Amino acid sequence: MDAVRKIRSCTTVLPKSDVDTDQIIPARFLTTTSREGLGARLFNDWRFRPDGTENPEFVLNKADSKGCEVLVAGHNFGCGSSREHAPWALLDYGIRAVISTGIADIFRSNSLKNGLVPVVIDRQTHDWLMSHPGITVDIDVTNATLTVANGKAIDFPIDGFSRYCLIEGIDQLGFLKKHDEAIRQFEETRPWTP
Amino acid sequence: MNAGNSRTLFEKVWADHIVMAETADTPAILYIDLHLIHEVTTPQAFTLLREKALPVRRPDLTLGTMDHSTPTTPVRSFKDLAVVGEGAANQVAKMQDNCRDFGLELFGFDSDYRGIVHVIGPELGATQPGKTIVCGDSHTSTHGAFGALAFGIGTTEVGHVLATQCLLQRKSKTLAINVSGKLQAGVTAKDVILAIIGEIGVGGGTGHIIEFRGQVISAMDMEARMTICNMSIEAGARAGMIAPDDTTIEYLKGRPRSPDRTDWDDAVRRWRALPSDADAVFDNSVDIRAGTLEPMVTFGTNPGMVVPINDPVPEANGDPGFRKALDYMRLSPGKPLTESPVDIVFVGSCTNSRLSDLRQAADIVRGRKIAPGVTMLVVPGSQQIKHEAESLGLHKVFESAGAEWRESGCSMCIGMNGDTVPSGRLSVSTSNRNFEGRQGIGARTILASPLTAAASAIEGRVADPRRYL
Repeated sequence: MDAVRKIRSCTTVLPKSDVDTDQIIPARFLTTTSREGLGARLFNDWRFRPDGTENPEFVLNKADSKGCEVLVAGHNFGCGSSREHAPWALLDYGIRAVISTGIADIFRSNSLKNGLVPVVIDRQTHDWLMSHPGITVDIDVTNATLTVANGKAIDFPIDGFSRYCLIEGIDQLGFLKKHDEAIRQFEETRPWTP
Repeated sequence: MNAGNSRTLFEKVWADHIVMAETADTPAILYIDLHLIHEVTTPQAFTLLREKALPVRRPDLTLGTMDHSTPTTPVRSFKDLAVVGEGAANQVAKMQDNCRDFGLELFGFDSDYRGIVHVIGPELGATQPGKTIVCGDSHTSTHGAFGALAFGIGTTEVGHVLATQCLLQRKSKTLAINVSGKLQAGVTAKDVILAIIGEIGVGGGTGHIIEFRGQVISAMDMEARMTICNMSIEAGARAGMIAPDDTTIEYLKGRPRSPDRTDWDDAVRRWRALPSDADAVFDNSVDIRAGTLEPMVTFGTNPGMVVPINDPVPEANGDPGFRKALDYMRLSPGKPLTESPVDIVFVGSCTNSRLSDLRQAADIVRGRKIAPGVTMLVVPGSQQIKHEAESLGLHKVFESAGAEWRESGCSMCIGMNGDTVPSGRLSVSTSNRNFEGRQGIGARTILASPLTAAASAIEGRVADPRRYL
């Protein structure tokens, strides 16, 4: 995974709560065996009409959204299925951070393993961002802060390990593999075997 | 968080699997006892293992099946099974190759034990109290019904478990949901869990592991408990757990992967020590009174948008998302769902495809015909359940009523295998998600119990099952 330290970008606002991973990437596109190319199907059924043409009403299709790397979405983003295809699709499309008042557990975990930054903020700041689409924001992963143009830096929660992995672009499997010996000892000394 | 020696069920299972404790800087290394795998969320993980030239650390703790992309159309022999679509066929082939190359047990097309991953784990007795169980599927929470710590993971984590049998995890908070009282006739586990999600919301369990407790839960059989834990994730909780008891132990006796005779007594002794201590403290708790619950049906586009079956669809609450959900569902506030004509009825999925679910649906359908214009699909959760149901003649009950009786699989719950609800059609489904497009592009889904689904098939509109009891 690529290191991610600072993101400065305009925001795209998706004014909807409880956006589930079936909307982010519908199940019929999960028959792929690769992780590449899913950006073309991001929010497929909202982004495209049944005939395959772009739905001009959908936020990602608006001219102002082009090139924006930060998605501001309603409460409880990423609920539903555990498909890692959801962060893969967002990243492949060019989204590098998601801001919400709440992000679902499995989606959050999957995002952190791929370099998509989950930014959970208070309702007041969120309300403001929701009503100011296109505004430029600064996300500083090293300091875990979000700064809105001319505003003060707001802290967002992220555990130290995940933050370290993001800013160094570290694959967590390497960390686990380093503890092979501890795992072996656990297996040998536990009182029962599964 | 508990001081002293009092611990919750979750805290006991967690502590038993710590290879390395968490610190301020690093998450815990948690050992995994059972890794369930299926064709959709594993191919990229196997690619990673190949790139890094890593073997699967514990093939003996890994168990595979194929359920999501697999056809359910009746066949004479499995040689006749035609997987729908090039992508799905490729995925199924990859799963077979990966399991062969890495030496993993696969309950494939020719296996009598093939089925939905969350149905076969318990059925085999591989799901046991006190185990840690993961799978690249959010409904892994199902296995928590046995007092296991079971949760869904992403594909990167599938790779971690294949390579190391461990996961990096931060400890979750605990949420006790106490369900007290006694259920009325016609009100089932599905109605209870839908009511709970309606109460706490689809994000209400985020960051928590739920323990379902109380008289209603204790009185449930294992299949009902699985329905409850299955939908923990629909309330945002990665895992839901229920304390193991006599019902759990009785269920596991004599199953192919249950501890054998020499280990059985030790295992039972261990399982008996797992329930939360009497004075254990949970971070949060919610009380649900079951006595007044009614059959529940969803009206919107997430499982938290749910009402008792005879209640009107709630008035729009000013939230633009609420209005949009009703527009998608083509429902009007103020009217009960029981006026809505139904096109499709689906009985199946890891939520409600076990023998007791099929029996409940069959009891309503028996001797009746499904309404003209309604398509009803009955998809058993596993080949074992299919055989059991057939030995009881349930397939004849469904077929005589005009329903379709299928091979096992996820089928119309997720619509990856060609079993889909056509655009704009209204489906009453025993599955777990009523998200936009979940059952097919433009499909409109009402989640309900097997009883409500069967009654709706007979009447051709959303129907209260209690008049058939």
